Amino acid sequence: MGAKSGTTGATNEPDLTQDPAIPPVALDPKVHEAEEAHWTPVKIATWVAIALLGGLSWVMLAVVRGETVNAIWFVFAAICTYLIGYRFYSNYIQKHLLRPDDRRATPAEYKADGKDYARTDRRVLFGHHFAAIAGAGPLVGPVLAAQMGYLPGTIWIIVGVVLAGAVQDYLVLFFSMRRGGRSLGQMARDELGRVGGTAALIATLTIMVIIVAILALVVVNALAESAWGVFSVGMTIPIALFMGCYLRFWRPGKVTEISIIGFVLLIAAIIGGGAIAGTEWGAAMFHIDKVPLAIGIIVYGFIAAILPVWLLLAPRDYLSTFMKIGTIGMLAIAIVIVRPEILVPAVTEFAKTGTGPVVSGTLFPFLFVTIACGALSGFHALIASGTTPKLIEKERQSRFIGYGGMLMESFVAIMALVAALSIDQGIYYAMNASPALTGGTVQGAVAFVNGLGLTGVNLTPEMLTETARNVGEESIVSRTGGAPTLSVGLAHIMQQVAGGTGMMAFWYHFAIMFEALFILTAVDAGTRVARFMLQDTLGNVIPKFKDTSWRVGAWICTGIMVAAWGAVLVMGVTDPLGGINTLFPLFGIANQLLAAIALAVCMAIVAKRGLFRYIWIVALPLGFAAVVTITASFLKIFSPVPGVGYFAQNAAFSKALAAGETSFGTATSVEAMEAVVRNTMVQGILSIVFVTLAVIVIFTALQATWNAWRNHSNATSEDPAVRSRIFAPAGLVATPAEKATQAEWDARPVTGTSKVRGH
Amino acid sequence: MGAVTTVRTVAAGLAWYVRAVSGEDAYDRYLAHHESVHGDDAAEPAMTAREFWRDRTDRQDANPQGRCC
Repeated sequence: MGAKSGTTGATNEPDLTQDPAIPPVALDPKVHEAEEAHWTPVKIATWVAIALLGGLSWVMLAVVRGETVNAIWFVFAAICTYLIGYRFYSNYIQKHLLRPDDRRATPAEYKADGKDYARTDRRVLFGHHFAAIAGAGPLVGPVLAAQMGYLPGTIWIIVGVVLAGAVQDYLVLFFSMRRGGRSLGQMARDELGRVGGTAALIATLTIMVIIVAILALVVVNALAESAWGVFSVGMTIPIALFMGCYLRFWRPGKVTEISIIGFVLLIAAIIGGGAIAGTEWGAAMFHIDKVPLAIGIIVYGFIAAILPVWLLLAPRDYLSTFMKIGTIGMLAIAIVIVRPEILVPAVTEFAKTGTGPVVSGTLFPFLFVTIACGALSGFHALIASGTTPKLIEKERQSRFIGYGGMLMESFVAIMALVAALSIDQGIYYAMNASPALTGGTVQGAVAFVNGLGLTGVNLTPEMLTETARNVGEESIVSRTGGAPTLSVGLAHIMQQVAGGTGMMAFWYHFAIMFEALFILTAVDAGTRVARFMLQDTLGNVIPKFKDTSWRVGAWICTGIMVAAWGAVLVMGVTDPLGGINTLFPLFGIANQLLAAIALAVCMAIVAKRGLFRYIWIVALPLGFAAVVTITASFLKIFSPVPGVGYFAQNAAFSKALAAGETSFGTATSVEAMEAVVRNTMVQGILSIVFVTLAVIVIFTALQATWNAWRNHSNATSEDPAVRSRIFAPAGLVATPAEKATQAEWDARPVTGTSKVRGH
Repeated sequence: MGAVTTVRTVAAGLAWYVRAVSGEDAYDRYLAHHESVHGDDAAEPAMTAREFWRDRTDRQDANPQGRCC
């Protein structure tokens, strides 16, 4: 299978000479190098201080390990490592592997249409890109991984992002930018040929279904049996509808104004939710069990995905952007002010035995799939190859936006981890052990958690009832999925800054709302994207489906996609084994497999350019992601331990059923046992599908790489270079040389065509 | 005076940033782009604000983008 399509020779070098009539559009690479190599005493002192502080923080976390460790060391270790990784490693990648050329115009310049392709200030685009990549993933994964101790998760989040996650985002963004903003799927077809491209497309579609299903499961688990949560999150729907109409009919374009109104209404909904859940009718009306709630989310998902974007999705996007940046900033400041003491051990027994109640499996490979977003997230490849490359102004800015944006998301994951670690360990396990283990009761939870034999854990029933009362919930036992735990952690930290215990219930529901908003937006948007992919695929057989404005086709395909994730959601909600603990690994594996696919495409591109000397930059994270996901998938398929292997579990329950038993393990009836048999079969088959598709993609990428090596390829599938006629600095802060050039541009009379927006 | 100017610059910068990140400046940017390409060409009139914002969400309908997990 060749990788011919979209390939053009690199022989005829385009003319990128500077137009003498305008100031320089790019700085000479020598100027950049001279600026970097110019080590003033202040600069040296700053970097030495960063390195020392970072080193000290890591020593405090990894070596000293006293009775407790202060959360501030997590913050310092993260920030210092990010700064060093950004300054040195991403610079290395830029210089040797990607070699951006600011003399070339970006798609936002040469395809400019004022709409989809529009030059955007780098600082603004950073905000957009961050809002698009950061969701519930980095908030949930680290919470679940906290059962292995604080150290493994912290190392993986911080080191993983520097060497893997941020590299992936940066590379995909850059390669897509050089190809007019092509999507990952299109690049896969161009680079890997038909078989690899098709496998990548099918993998993306199934992965999307799994991710939407498990995100929805997190929301159901957070809102089930919580009248307050159901009311306040439910109110986001009328609020969004109102905002949509406001922007459509009354005051088009007044985005900031309506966002503020929406935010005020949201806070009112949270406060009102507490009052309504306190009344008898309110508690009765909004207290909804898991299964009806799941069905509600499925119906909602279908309707939301066929409604026009302006009515529901666009306004909720505005709300969640506000909430995202605001809450994360608030939590960061609060952690620095409160500096909570962390009581969790550095590494727990569960990391070695793999018998943890939250998610099963040993540290390797399951830590690396439980924490996906925040360290390495394949889903980002879909964002980094979508909107952002069409908006970027200059090639060199891709480092700040791609690599820097992912570092920010990693920092969100670290804060989520700190929030989860700061709550009492007994409460943590009581909240995250499935109802099958705790029985869903306070007594059951206390007996189970104290029976785990963890040092320093002595849970009392009062602790659980007291916490539940403080956060305004009937119970916090077995609130799995990570979101409620994070919310308790956030409430615990925030009440120390503002409001005391009296405000905990508000902060808890604020955090639940914050996560539910992201997730509902992701469910809606994910269903839409999946529907378009399905229509495109079906269109090859029945051409009418290609017409995406055909209503009936749109409804049929939306229905199919909703049914697919809805089935997985219902399976998770009704699972006698708990749901999150069996399904979450599948979510992580799916996300990491997508990362492996994206990195495989990147490796093929690098190989084709003949840059074999630096191919290890891609091969390192690709190799790691491939080993982790393939090992995890194999364990899920072949492990003889029922808690880990889907088919081992399946066999154990089938055998019990065949023997005529009426209860087995945590399943207390024949129906429950049959459900386990059914669920494990579906989960096992999904694991097989994922790993097979990923192996095909990686194999075709290796083949493309080998062909490139054999042919001494220096070809490229990039779009032809176009001469740039604009200038903008590359990083967050302009360097002195960039400032000088910018001054030349600013001094020019305004002519309209090349006016640079700055302030 | 210095302090007042600084506060004013920071506030203006912040207002610009919030407006840009929320996407409120999209129409202004479209108009600037349109003018730079078509000038005052009567054959290619720019969309009105209302038309532009409708077109913007309609384009999202036709070309959906995922949100991250």
